[in-house]
Amino acid sequence: MDYENAEKILEVKHLKQYFNVGKADEVRAVDDISFDIYKGETFGLVGESGSGKTTTGRAIIHLYEPTSGEILFDGKNVDSFTSKQDQRDFRQEMQMIFQDPYASLNPRMKVKDIVAEGIDINHLAKDDADRTKKVEDLLETVGLNKDHSSRYPHEFSGGQRQRIGIARALAVNPKFVIADEPISALDVSIQAQVVNLMKKLQREQGLTYLFIAHDLSMVKYISDRIGVMHYGRMLEIADADEIYAHPLHDYTKSLLSAVPVPDPEFERTREEIAYDGSQENDGKERHLVEISPRHWVRAASDEVSLYKQRAQAASLIKE
Amino acid sequence: MDNEKDILEVRNLQVNFKTYAGDVKAIRNVSFDLRKGETLAIVGESGSGKSVTTRTIMGLNATNADIVGGSILYKGQDLLKKSEKDMQAIRGQDIAEIFQDPMTSLDPTMKIGRQIAEPLMVHKGMKKEKALAQALEMMKLVGITDAENRINDYPHQFSGGMRQRIVIAIALINYPEVLIADEPTTALDVTIQAQILNLMKELQNKISTSIIFITHDLGVVAGMADRVAVMYAGKIVEYGTVDEIFYNPKHPYTWGLLSSMPTLDSSGDSLPSIPGTPPDLLDPPTGDAFAARNEYALKIDTEKEPPFFKVSDTHYAATWLLHPDAPKVTPPAQIVERQKKYAQMQKAWLKAQQPTTPVEEEEEQQ
Repeated sequence: MDYENAEKILEVKHLKQYFNVGKADEVRAVDDISFDIYKGETFGLVGESGSGKTTTGRAIIHLYEPTSGEILFDGKNVDSFTSKQDQRDFRQEMQMIFQDPYASLNPRMKVKDIVAEGIDINHLAKDDADRTKKVEDLLETVGLNKDHSSRYPHEFSGGQRQRIGIARALAVNPKFVIADEPISALDVSIQAQVVNLMKKLQREQGLTYLFIAHDLSMVKYISDRIGVMHYGRMLEIADADEIYAHPLHDYTKSLLSAVPVPDPEFERTREEIAYDGSQENDGKERHLVEISPRHWVRAASDEVSLYKQRAQAASLIKE
Repeated sequence: MDNEKDILEVRNLQVNFKTYAGDVKAIRNVSFDLRKGETLAIVGESGSGKSVTTRTIMGLNATNADIVGGSILYKGQDLLKKSEKDMQAIRGQDIAEIFQDPMTSLDPTMKIGRQIAEPLMVHKGMKKEKALAQALEMMKLVGITDAENRINDYPHQFSGGMRQRIVIAIALINYPEVLIADEPTTALDVTIQAQILNLMKELQNKISTSIIFITHDLGVVAGMADRVAVMYAGKIVEYGTVDEIFYNPKHPYTWGLLSSMPTLDSSGDSLPSIPGTPPDLLDPPTGDAFAARNEYALKIDTEKEPPFFKVSDTHYAATWLLHPDAPKVTPPAQIVERQKKYAQMQKAWLKAQQPTTPVEEEEEQQ
């Protein structure tokens, strides 16, 4: 991707998403994160369960009121849409693909009505014939047969259902798609099919993806840039290849070292690196700092030199 | 194949499920052995019959399951001929299982110490105090921190990783000869998964249990297994040592599985994928069940089922491509890379060891 002339489509600024604010069980699911997503790229968000990656995705599509911070989509603050029309436009431009293809399709609706629901709400079809044609085109785009349109979800396999979910998201011509673990419920041989489909659609329609997942090898494969989350904080952001080849933050190193690789020879010698999470809670103020070009690490002011050294050792920066 | 080191021998197992639509042929003639102290991984997609195979071994199939034929010999005795009462004595004592989902396989109303101690009280008739003392030892062994204070906690007070440790403790408390692990880490994060896998390896070394490890994650298989069996549509299509399956696979389905998984080095525009979906086992296709999804399929694949062809003493694959008359094909690029690596490893190995008969591998490397 050419980042020199890239345009920002989404800016997340100091987003905080707390639950049960002020109570004893207050949860800081997302704690002051900032990042940008550029037009046409795939931004991968990885982290363990409970790290806040799903909450971040849901906050971006405005399923929650953020506790504080701003989310700018195409330069406009998502939180301040007042007119019905603005809200409707936003919902049309940003769509979501859900994790569980078994739970996210209404079992009592036919496929054509599931896919066309957004078309109906946004009045995108001129008449019935146009609606039918749009649905059939969409099904074809995602690799399903147009005869499938009058069937019910239970008649499809997991991979096919996920394709229906993708067709539904694409029905309203979105610019930005949030995919929350779109392949974790699928079999290995089917995962590759769905990932290839998502890549193809991105090329053809210029989509921007936020891809949330815990399967690190798949995230690396599909993403241009990756953000690593832990305890509701963003610890490191860099280009996908770079973050895997030269992770700078200890947590990223630890996370990558735990990924099993389908290579017995490698597995025999793989060593896991432990990570002590308490080092993040020593009270020092930390921010994302750009250590090398487009490689950000969350660091306190006295840690910056350490990360710079690491980056130099990996020859990410000269000097 | 038959030697006294085999602790479990599954022979020609066939299991059908009776449904309104007809008989679903879930297991279609499966045979394998499990040796003392080894880890055998069974890999395959959902619906390929991995879990049904192990549930049949445990005698835990649903009531509509119909075991059509075959035998499961545990130390020479056929488990399929045992009564339910006999099976209850074996289950949890000689053969134990770690279930997939730690969130649902524990009793939410029972203190965890009691749950871990239960197999001791049931199988060994141990007194409660003694059993609980032993449960405490086991909790420490599987790495539950602060075990003394947590023995009276309930499952909901533990995290997912800790719950899976409890499930492992229950399965191991009687030091079973055979441990079945059905996707034990699928529900866990990678860092927790790494801890649990290390724990299983450590415990296997300590008590030399044989493990049947079921998973669809080939990365996990590479790190855990001694031998691998690949299942597709109710059959084993290829089996061999972990190196043979990962570096010198012969069956096109194994090729597809291995290349559709991105490694941390893969890049490029599209990932090789296996087209289509698995066949309907209500009415399995004639010939090779994989033929419809197989770009290397031959005409005979749709007519006649391939037998097992021998690749080496430990490595067999059921594909017509291994027949002497079959045309030579080049596997996907990723597999060719793997075979090159294997050839190098073999050379290094041969140098180090006394020369033995080399594995025939020139077939597909033209």
